[in-house]
Amino acid sequence: MTTMPLAPTRGPNPFAGLMSGIAGPVIVVVLAILGLWYIAAVTLNTPFQLDTYERADRLDVPFSELLTDTLSQDRPVLPAPHQIAVEIWQTTVEKKITSKRSLVYHSGITLSSTLLGFVIGTLLGIFLAIGIVHSRVLEKSLMPWIIASQTIPILAIAPMIIVVLNAVGVSGLLPKAMISTYLSFFPVAVGMVKGLRSPEIIDMDLMHTYSATRLQAFWKLRLPYAVPFLFTSMKIGMAASLVGAIVGELPTGAIAGLGARLLSGSYYGQTLQIWSALIMAAVLAGSLVALIGVIEKLALKRMGMTR
Amino acid sequence: MSTQTVSRSRVDIPALLAWFIVALVVVGLFCPIFRPDFRVMDVPRLSLCLVILAIAAVRYELGFMRNRFGDLMLGVVTAVAAWLLIGTVSNHPGDAALGFWALTVAAWASAWLFVERLASWKSASKTTERLINLVIPALFGLTLLVLWQIIVTGAGIPKVLLPAPSEIWLRLINSVPTLWADFRQTFLKAVLAGYAIGCGSAFLTAILVDRVPFLRRGLLPIGNLVSALPIIGVAPIMVMWFGFDWPSKAAVVIIMTFFPMLVNTVAGLSASDSMQRDLMRTYASGYWQTLVKLRLPMAMPFIFNALKINSTLALIGAIVAEFFGTPTVGMGFRISTEVGRMNVDMVWAEIAVAAVAGSLFYGLVAVIERKVTFWHASVRG
Amino acid sequence: MTSLAGAKDTEMVEKHTGASPDRVIDIEKLSLTFETGDGPVHALSDIDLKIEQGDFVSFIGPSGCGKTTLLRVIADLEKPTAGKITVNGVSPEEARLNRAYGYVFQAAALYSWRTIASNVALPLEIMRLSRSERQERVARNLELVNLSGFEQKYPWQLSGGMQQRASIARALAVEPDLLLMDEPFGALDEIVRDHLNEQLLQLWAKTSKTVAFVTHSIPEAVFLSTKIVVLCPRPGRIYDVIESDLPRERSLDIRETPEFLRIAHRVREGLKAGHSYED
Ligand SMILES: Nc1ncnc2c1ncn2[C@@H]1O[C@H](COP(=O)(O)OP(=O)(O)OP(=O)(O)O)[C@@H](O)[C@H]1O
Ligand SMILES: [Mg+2]
Repeated sequence: MTTMPLAPTRGPNPFAGLMSGIAGPVIVVVLAILGLWYIAAVTLNTPFQLDTYERADRLDVPFSELLTDTLSQDRPVLPAPHQIAVEIWQTTVEKKITSKRSLVYHSGITLSSTLLGFVIGTLLGIFLAIGIVHSRVLEKSLMPWIIASQTIPILAIAPMIIVVLNAVGVSGLLPKAMISTYLSFFPVAVGMVKGLRSPEIIDMDLMHTYSATRLQAFWKLRLPYAVPFLFTSMKIGMAASLVGAIVGELPTGAIAGLGARLLSGSYYGQTLQIWSALIMAAVLAGSLVALIGVIEKLALKRMGMTR
Repeated sequence: MSTQTVSRSRVDIPALLAWFIVALVVVGLFCPIFRPDFRVMDVPRLSLCLVILAIAAVRYELGFMRNRFGDLMLGVVTAVAAWLLIGTVSNHPGDAALGFWALTVAAWASAWLFVERLASWKSASKTTERLINLVIPALFGLTLLVLWQIIVTGAGIPKVLLPAPSEIWLRLINSVPTLWADFRQTFLKAVLAGYAIGCGSAFLTAILVDRVPFLRRGLLPIGNLVSALPIIGVAPIMVMWFGFDWPSKAAVVIIMTFFPMLVNTVAGLSASDSMQRDLMRTYASGYWQTLVKLRLPMAMPFIFNALKINSTLALIGAIVAEFFGTPTVGMGFRISTEVGRMNVDMVWAEIAVAAVAGSLFYGLVAVIERKVTFWHASVRG
Repeated sequence: MTSLAGAKDTEMVEKHTGASPDRVIDIEKLSLTFETGDGPVHALSDIDLKIEQGDFVSFIGPSGCGKTTLLRVIADLEKPTAGKITVNGVSPEEARLNRAYGYVFQAAALYSWRTIASNVALPLEIMRLSRSERQERVARNLELVNLSGFEQKYPWQLSGGMQQRASIARALAVEPDLLLMDEPFGALDEIVRDHLNEQLLQLWAKTSKTVAFVTHSIPEAVFLSTKIVVLCPRPGRIYDVIESDLPRERSLDIRETPEFLRIAHRVREGLKAGHSYED
């Protein structure tokens, strides 16, 4: 054995290790995307810039000036990443939170209806799932509809809910939260039914030999089995909730929230405003889902279910 | 259902329901039916409704005809009662009183009792079993529609708040040309084009990414992240770039469908187990041969999963993108403008079209999936 | 070891050191170590083995002693970490690219989206044989493993044993001169196993194929082989090589003869010794 040549486990290149993991490639891909973004920004913004020069009768503009100008327009076709970063900085850190132009304020509005809707939707989904696994009639009559309702574009009724509820005097957080509720309810219900069903027949039979009651079987067997499913579907539900809240802010009348920022940005051609709202929404979605992921890890650990 | 054998519930729900119906019928007998001051005897059709419901419930309680024929009779009684309720309430819109509501609830309870009986039918043949499993949700949907109709007319809920199903239906069949034009603009142009391009390009990208492990490791986490983001927010940007007509909607659809398809296809391409890949290796099979003969078939369940998710996303994307501006046609355009004009029945008609289109689209993908992945454990079992 | 010590065998092996034209497999000082999370696993260590054209070689040994790994090295599914190996005089990789062998895996590994017939046709499609040729070979080999009539069934509609037979037909359809078989009959009942053993033997006698065969069954090894290699684990190495002098033409009755029993006994002793290492 001693004569066997040891295969080199790591090349001489110190980056080889980094690049063989996940982090290295992700960083490279992100950098590549940013690079492409800049190139696209320059190309897309150049025609307008040339127009401006022509109108100002400036014919021989040096390329370097063209470059900086295309990356610092007020309403670029495609804003460069740093412009968006600056815009976000200005509208978050440098504005008072109470200001109507503060992105934190708008994010807060969207976040609150997202969370409210998500909590209600999740609770409803869980209760309905519990009902479904315990009642044949509920299962047979409701399950097909729940599944079918996932195939229809529920979001289409969002404007109607908002406007109609506004007409009867319900406005503000609640109508938007209702849409979020609706959107997060279905994934949670479906996932939870799957989870509560997941204990093997043999496990249920074991419970049967202990002559456990339905309630005991539920607490000791079904619920622990369902927890991983619950978290997975809660992530989907959370993402859907946020989309619901944003779309709920689109109908005319809504003046606050990320959706309203998107809409007013598109009315006035404020691309920077659109992009910063978009990035903010992405950050919100990412952190909310990540938050659920963290809670999931903690919960599974406490339940002793992590591998 | 051997998973549900744990300690049978001692509550006999059918018996409870039957008593409940009897009690409600008694309420209906002694309380005013419609304002002002109509009694049940003043409305012959409602008296009939009351009588048959009472007979059905008492019969069940007394325990005769507790067989399939009796159950079917229960269904017929429920249907007749519902029909009588709808018929009478349309003559007294907004005037329903306690007695009428009692009868409505009684009819609903008898529908429940019927379904409860139906669900307990043990069938020998698979086809009847399947049929029952179709009928029960259909009955549920029907009950919902009937209740909607009765409550909206009986309580006189204003049309702007919630139109009755009959009004929506009327509006639907009276505006077929408009609805068709909207459907063509949104579904046939934006959704189908975007779906095809989005899924197709994601598929090709996935194959490319799969060939380069570096790209796979770099792109997959990003793709997973992006799948959870509210991508729909790019709609205003696309409208700015590609104009008001359908190409901008198709662009939104492309972006929305791209990442789910990419992530799923890449995951699917690595789904084959090592022995199956070794087998191909022993045949000295080339990359493309392995791809076509082993890895793509193995990836099909994943790919179809994405295609199904995307069928819903595509429609949502196209409709919502139209909220940001369209030429004066399109489902999203119609919904947002008619909402503004408080023509809520038209909005509901449009939503009905969207729902049918969405589920048919999904159903079509699902049918193709069953044909293609007939061999997969989830289909053949 | 018993009184029938393997001195004779080593001599026989020594005889053939030159690159003889009918040497199918030539393994010299071959070792393979898997680097795993909790330290290296010495799956194969210092293996020396020659297999001649027309040999039927069985590998037998306790579970985990490296039988599958050895077969995989021959098939170029695993790269040795030290030592030399040639297959048909060339490297295993070249041999694989030449489609020099057919491999029967421990499990059937049929594709569930293909019918039995098209599963058997799979390697033939990859080799780009003509359609008529494919059909002819599929029919012939399914016949051989008694699966005629099941052509249009899907793998999941067949029993485990039938699936394994289909996978044998698939390997045979390639018509290779070298067959590598990893416990092909492990999942079958005794009667079917006997039947397939006989058929395999007939096929081998008729076609002068070379077979490398992994098994856990002593009677099977002795009945089929011209040469039995007993391996022992940790690290995986050759414990004994037994040349069988049973006639090439054999029937199942041979299992009652004293010669058969003598070889079986020696294999058993080798196996026992291998097991004792595990404690
Ligand atoms: N890919 C691998 N990575 C790490 N260790 C491996 C790998 N493949 C096999 N081994 C180890 O190598 C040793 C030999 O394995 P091998 O599969 O060759 O045994 P075997 O003799 O075929 O056993 P069995 O009779 O159970 O099939 C075992 O200890 C196994 O754990
Ligand atoms: Mg093995």
